[in-house]
Amino acid sequence: MTCSRRDFLKNTVGSSLVSALPLSAFTLISSAEAAAALDEAKVRWAFLVDTTACVGCGMCVKACKNENEIPYDAPVTRTWVERYVMTKDGKTHIDSPLGGRDGFIDDKIRDEEIDPADIDKAFFVPKLCNQCENPACVQVCPVGATYQTNDGVVLIDREWCIGCGYCIMACPYGVRFFHPEAKVADKCNFCYHRISKGMDPACVESCAFGARRIANLEDPDDPVANIIRTERVAVLKDEYGTKPHVFYLGLDAGVR
Amino acid sequence: MLEEPVVHGVEWTVKELFVYPNEFIYWSIQIVMYPYMTGLVAGAFVLSSLYHVFGQKDLKEIARFSLVFSLALLPVAAMPLLLHLQQPTRAMEPLLTPHFTSAIAAFGIVFTTYALIVLSEIWFVYRKYFVEQVHALKGKAGLSNAMTRTVYRVLTIGAYDVGDDAIRIDKKAATVLAAIGIPVACFLHGYAGFIFGSVKANALWMSPLMPVIFIMSAVVSGIALCMLTYIVIMEWKAFWRRRRGGVEEAGEIKGVEVDVISKASRYLIGFLVAAITLEMLDLIFRGYTAMKSWDILRSVMYGKDFLNIFVLQYTLGNLVPFFLLILPRRTLWRTVIALFLVLFGVFMMRWNVVIGGQAFSLSFSGYMHYEIPVIPHSLETFKEGVFGALMVIATPFFLFWIINKFVPSLRRDTEGS
Repeated sequence: MTCSRRDFLKNTVGSSLVSALPLSAFTLISSAEAAAALDEAKVRWAFLVDTTACVGCGMCVKACKNENEIPYDAPVTRTWVERYVMTKDGKTHIDSPLGGRDGFIDDKIRDEEIDPADIDKAFFVPKLCNQCENPACVQVCPVGATYQTNDGVVLIDREWCIGCGYCIMACPYGVRFFHPEAKVADKCNFCYHRISKGMDPACVESCAFGARRIANLEDPDDPVANIIRTERVAVLKDEYGTKPHVFYLGLDAGVR
Repeated sequence: MLEEPVVHGVEWTVKELFVYPNEFIYWSIQIVMYPYMTGLVAGAFVLSSLYHVFGQKDLKEIARFSLVFSLALLPVAAMPLLLHLQQPTRAMEPLLTPHFTSAIAAFGIVFTTYALIVLSEIWFVYRKYFVEQVHALKGKAGLSNAMTRTVYRVLTIGAYDVGDDAIRIDKKAATVLAAIGIPVACFLHGYAGFIFGSVKANALWMSPLMPVIFIMSAVVSGIALCMLTYIVIMEWKAFWRRRRGGVEEAGEIKGVEVDVISKASRYLIGFLVAAITLEMLDLIFRGYTAMKSWDILRSVMYGKDFLNIFVLQYTLGNLVPFFLLILPRRTLWRTVIALFLVLFGVFMMRWNVVIGGQAFSLSFSGYMHYEIPVIPHSLETFKEGVFGALMVIATPFFLFWIINKFVPSLRRDTEGS
């Protein structure tokens, strides 16, 4: 068989084209695009707190400390409950002893006796990380050790955090602290290890009153997401532009 | 018995009224020291540049000293950060994986750039001296002479040409570097101000004026420290010379000094006025706009921190030295006292920003007091206590003592640019 130079070139070009055509069907995509193509991207975690249902028992704080291995007696906590007592003289009395871990068994607020007849209103407000859409903590981390996942949760890489505390300073909600043992920044992550396996966060599971619920805003059938969509909900400190994703039912204007 | 782990900040934070559970004074004395030392570096460099760039001839003596002193201060600007980090072994990470939306991420880059500028400027200024030393020590007996000569040989980096052309190029290079150094020094420190000014969660810190205020007070403190150290060292030398009987020599030194000091004080007063004006503007603006945070800010500034802010910082640290410096018939002693007070005033300003910014809760419903650990009982209470801060303050003088052995910034016979 003979093959002229002309035939050789012609066949080479032809076969290259034929093999290149199917390759062009592939495109380079970023990891975010890849994630978007998969179902896992159809998640945006959010949280719903019903302040009218909270009784301040502190079970959520207990559960959180145990689940997330935060030293039980250390005065730092990933979630906490605040008690508000507003009296007729216009004053607001707030406390959260041990983050409300042991409940509010004492009527006194910081040793101050408040006459029940003087009280206008009183309620409890659970707090946790707001998993902001525009998180100040992520913005200021100098090494990228704290980051936002595709499903909206802000996580901390304990192997990479240098412990400068800038994120703690940047968070308007005061949810961050230094973990006493790991010596790195720490905060609530909606129990990411649980929710990514289809379980509820520890605080949600331990709340007997349904005051804490987790939602996937991307799921049109999610009943909690539907409450956030259809009811009148509020967020904390939206003036900082962080777009917090913990929504509150029955949030009082006096809540700090 | 297993010891209960200590939460960072618990040992020196006292809470009052309602403070969020996780809030503590996380940024303590070392973060006060960080902008203070950085400011001294930047200020010292600016003082030396006044001569090198703007040709302020009568500042020549103090300019050379300031340049070398700013090198001694330089490592100390990073030291408080290292002492403050919870994970100091990871200190290089901001250089390895910088996350550039963070103001801190660029610290390593800005700091390194600045260090290179200072080092190369010193090299150009003192290269001729290094070469002369290599020649002078040649053939001299003794191990110490041989070792000193080796050090100088390394310092020349093999550039032995001291012809007129080469020296002219050296001088030009030093001037160019000094000129580039001014904006970089200002950036290094303005950027420290940005670290605080950009924290939107903190009502006291968040202000676009913060970087400018920081630069002005930095220059003030840098000039003051250089003047003070210069006076103390020169007086000390004159004192010893007088004791040895060289009265005439000592008299001459003092004569030169007064001129230098008068000129430097004029710059000091200028920057001091600028710094105070900006701080007052910031304060007035906050009061006038009276945003949500003003109630708690006012209670901190006019109440809990009144002594720190208005008595110690503004009166004792700014107003008193201002009058001590401008009133006629100024003596050297009065200048020294004024310089001490200026340095103290700038320190109080850093303190009132860093600690004052954490004196109130993010809830605006409570306060935190910082009780600085004096007697350390753990590594943490040492690092973030009085002794940690004193260590930081002492280090530049020790470093200067070493550097000055090879780069004699206080001798006249080391002619450079």
